[in-house]
Parts: sequence; C-alpha cells; structure tokens
Amino acid sequence: MVDRLFSRKYSGMRHWLLQRLTAVLMTLYLMLLGALLFAQHPTQYTAWKALLSPLWLRGATLLFLLSLFFHAWLGVRDIFNDYVHPLVLRSFLHGAVAITLIAYSVWSVNILWSVR
Amino acid sequence: MHFSIYRYNPDIDSAPYMQNYEIELESSDKMLLDALVRIKEVDDTLSLRKSCREGVCGSDAMNINGKNGLACITKISDLTQPVVLRPLPGLPVIRDLVVDMTQFFEHYNSIKPYLINNDPLPEKERLQSPADRAKLDGLYECVLCGACTTSCPSFWWNPDKFVGPASLLQAYRFIADSRDQATEERLDNLEDPYRLYRCHNIMNCADVCPKKLNPSLAISNIKDMKLNDIKNRISDRTVSIKVHSK
Repeated sequence: MVDRLFSRKYSGMRHWLLQRLTAVLMTLYLMLLGALLFAQHPTQYTAWKALLSPLWLRGATLLFLLSLFFHAWLGVRDIFNDYVHPLVLRSFLHGAVAITLIAYSVWSVNILWSVR
Repeated sequence: MHFSIYRYNPDIDSAPYMQNYEIELESSDKMLLDALVRIKEVDDTLSLRKSCREGVCGSDAMNINGKNGLACITKISDLTQPVVLRPLPGLPVIRDLVVDMTQFFEHYNSIKPYLINNDPLPEKERLQSPADRAKLDGLYECVLCGACTTSCPSFWWNPDKFVGPASLLQAYRFIADSRDQATEERLDNLEDPYRLYRCHNIMNCADVCPKKLNPSLAISNIKDMKLNDIKNRISDRTVSIKVHSK
C-alpha cells in the first residue's frame, strides 16, 4: 500500500525504487539533450542561450540535476553508513554532503533561470 | 609444491601468521584438498573442515589465492604458486582455516528455510508441474558453504544486518516454490534497509560460487517480486476504493 511504502519500515524498498527512478529520469534527459545537441550543434554562447531558453527544457534540466543530486545522496549516504562508524564523524559527513547538494540545487536554479 | 597457509591458534598464538609448506605430491593428488591432507601428514596441527571431498557438503570453503572456493573441487593444476590459503573472510576464526559460521546460519534460519503450506497433507506428496519444478533449478543446488556471503562487501560491513547472498538465494528458493504459501510473509520478512537492499549487485557472489549459482539474480528477482507485491496492493486498494465509492 502507498502509505506502507512511505512508512519507515519500507525505507529499503523506497530508496531502491527512488534510485532507479532518478536513474531513468537522468537517462531520458541525457537522450533528449543528446538529440538536441545533435540537431542544433550549438557552438557559440548565443546558440547555447537559445537552446536553453524554452521553459520546458530548463524545467527538464532542473529535474535532471535534482535527480542527479538525490541519486548521489542515496549512494553516498549508504557508503558513509557502511564505512564510517564513529557517529559524530558520520553525522558531520552526512550533513556536509546534504548541505553541499542542497546548495548545488539552489545554485542550479539560479544558473538556469539567469539564462534568458 | 609451495603453500603459504594462515595459521592461528588462539590458545597459543598472540596473532595470526602465515606458515610456508613445501610438499611432494603424489600423482593421485588432483585437488587442493588432497594436497591439504598431505600437509596434515607432516603437520597435524593444521586445522580445516572437510567431509564429502566432492563439493556436496560445503565444509572446506576457504580463500584460495584470494578467491573463495571449495578445496575439494579446486584443481591443483589450476593454482599458481605459492598457493595462499586463508580462512573465509569476514567471519571469526576459530582456528587456522576453521571459521565460526554461527552468524551465517542465524541469517539462514531467519529466512525460514522450509516449505510453509497449511493445506492438509495429501496422501502421497505435493505435486508440481515440470514448469514449476524447473523454477527451482539454480536455487536448490546451494550447499551453504558460505563462499558467496563471505566474499560480499555488504556482508563484511553489515554482517549482523545484511542477510547475505547464500540465505537470500535460499529465501528466493522458497518464494519461487509453487508449493509454498507464505510468499507475502517471506517478502515482508526481507523489508528494512539492510536485510535485502544492502545488495548492490556487484556480483562477487556469482563470481565465486563453486556450484556456479547466481545469488545476485535471485536477489534481483526478490526485489522485482517486492515491487510487484506493492503494485498489486496499490491496485487492490484502488479497486476497493472504487467499489466503496459506488
């Protein structure tokens, strides 16, 4: 059930599913971007700007970046859980990665929406 | 032939060490276990487990030149010298090549490795179609030697929480069995972030399995079944909501 899937007990399944979902989103975006680059082959700043000007593509790029950051978070969090056993150090590393990825997300929005 | 073997007797030794052996083999010595028996003839303090000497009992699993395997079905002619032998990694050493497999079997017991079927017993036996029986191929052959589980980094880092490839293969062996009636209970038993999902499919298990089984594939099948189980529960609920709203 949906509420069971989102309960703490089901976090294993949820994280596994989210890691795959974000991987699919990233794959689809990279195929789309590849097709656009192949069709338009932008070589100058103006052409890049024109490529990224449609709102839907900026939205898709943001979704790709957020998927990437979330995918990275799920992986890195497990690595720290497995390899770093002192609780204080592990909490610090988790916090540092989380803050960095959140900062990257905000920065991504800033970059994408500064291209007009 | 030159061997370098891990030695540790906690009653005498303060730390483990590697001992070198140079032995003459007979022409009848074909497998690594034959060579180990020769070594025991000159040094009977060397401890190892062995029984069937044909890859069925799973007793003589050890780390052979860096890779887990069964000594009795490892050909001497395939080994480079010096042959470095260590106990299975990630398990407490009792003595020399003998490890404590208590935790391994605790995980095995936790997946309820027996058929659960509450129907009345039939007169003779519970029958399966040939197609249903074929689903157990590649699963039932496991000899529980522990080579796969002890080659898995997820098991090394979380030995108390991650069930491990051998027991997960066995879990799928009963999930896949058409005569078993506890599929949902078995799937729920593997929930939580560690028991099943610590497997990241690096496939060391399939690489080392002396019986050429693929626990990694069985684990992926369990994950797919869990996903389908969730999907079915969601669709059942959607149907019941629609029925109630009518």
